[in-house]
Amino acid sequence: MPEFLWHAVIAGSMVGMIAGPLGSYIVWQRMSFFGDTLAHSALLGIALGLLSGVASGLAVLICCALVAVALVYLRGQSRLNQDSLLAIIAHSSLALGLVVVSFSAKNSVDLSAFLFGDILAVTRADLITIATSVVICGVILWRYWNKLLAVTVHPELAEVEGLPVHSLRLTLALMVALLVAAAMKIVGVLLITALLIIPASSAGNLARSPEHMAIIASVVATLSVLVGLGFSWSADTPAGPSIVVAATLIFVATLFAGPAKNRAG
Amino acid sequence: MSQLIQCHNLSFAAAGRTILQNVDLTISAGEIVSLIGPNGAGKTTLIRCLLGLEATASGTITRSPELRVGYMPQRLQTDPSLPLTVMRFLKLAEQPRDTPANALAETGAMHLAERALSALSGGELQRVLLARALLREPDLLVLDEPAQGVDIGGQEDLYRLIGKIRDRLGCGVLLISHDLHLVMASTDHVVCLNQHVCCHGHPQMVSADPAYLELFGEHQRAALVPYAHHHDHDHDAHGDVIKKTTG
Repeated sequence: MPEFLWHAVIAGSMVGMIAGPLGSYIVWQRMSFFGDTLAHSALLGIALGLLSGVASGLAVLICCALVAVALVYLRGQSRLNQDSLLAIIAHSSLALGLVVVSFSAKNSVDLSAFLFGDILAVTRADLITIATSVVICGVILWRYWNKLLAVTVHPELAEVEGLPVHSLRLTLALMVALLVAAAMKIVGVLLITALLIIPASSAGNLARSPEHMAIIASVVATLSVLVGLGFSWSADTPAGPSIVVAATLIFVATLFAGPAKNRAG
Repeated sequence: MSQLIQCHNLSFAAAGRTILQNVDLTISAGEIVSLIGPNGAGKTTLIRCLLGLEATASGTITRSPELRVGYMPQRLQTDPSLPLTVMRFLKLAEQPRDTPANALAETGAMHLAERALSALSGGELQRVLLARALLREPDLLVLDEPAQGVDIGGQEDLYRLIGKIRDRLGCGVLLISHDLHLVMASTDHVVCLNQHVCCHGHPQMVSADPAYLELFGEHQRAALVPYAHHHDHDHDAHGDVIKKTTG
């Protein structure tokens, strides 16, 4: 197996592991459009990186983190239509990113690699960045799991009981931004949310507790990444779509395998 | 009696619409205070302001130091995709002083411990939410429509239970209710709210108050004291106060 494929496999597995618990939170909090908006703004980050000469990974992280902070702040503003607001930020940043990238075409940027992922793209330096991001998210999730869960179950109850609800929400949003930056090269900006949502939903069909769901989602996400990368390598298909197709097949299988709890209740 | 929480001149507006206007309210230890009023009167908003959930409220809110609040929200917004048992839900409480088993036993919901939260009926959920509030052995228990989704017999039990909890913990209780008969029978102090405090006092006094009669309509009048005197304002279609012009 060539070295670049090893890079993709290791990076993909790390991303898959952390996509399980983070994806579960996104499903529980119905934040999928929020994840989409962050992912779309990643392309604007790439474009700004190209313009300013900042390394693309760092530029994406900064851009996503700023958008995450803005979205958490705007969430509390009841005057704004949240749904439209997310759509406006998502699509305008994607469009602006595409326009800016096409201006700097001399740098021979492969747009489809950013949009759909590329197994050739993961370098040794990327591996270190991704590992760092995954460890940071993992430690935070481990340390604050119960508090994040309490905020997810009932934010107001959590606030009355003295939890810093706003900070916890911000932490969650920044972790999603970190994951978007880490997963972008493998899955591509257009399909990152799918890697968060689909494995978590598959796990939701099987799980009996929140922790159980997060672990199953990690396994499903990692498996999807590995199967998708294998297929992408052997059949020369784009990496991101191959991964998402694998995740979707697993999801369909869990629909038939799951306990009847949700349907009965 | 020691005062637990007090608000003075509390006002709140959202999107340019007044929801609360110059509300004064005091809750003391060992006292059950009921908030009644029509839909849109601002009952839930008042509770949210007292709990510190509405940052833009104006006026003063004074809490006794180290006040421990147990809050029972009106409903659970949890997504059904979150697999959570009743026991796990109770273990999420911050700084509990009692065990989940004791709290469930007190609210008569022990048999629900391993049930999925999303599969509970309205009445079962109310008992579980009350247990969560009790875990903290609160000084002040705040209940947003505790009897919602509970059948009539169950409502009487629930109010009796709230009375027992008050006796055991010596806590103050603030609750919102729609059922006037139950409120009148089981409350120390009634506050009739319609954006402002229309009238307040002992249940028997309030039930004879013209402001109360006006808010709750003619059908209440037959069972209670006849309309005795005029009061100084009316309400328009939005419930806003209109001062009566003399002459």
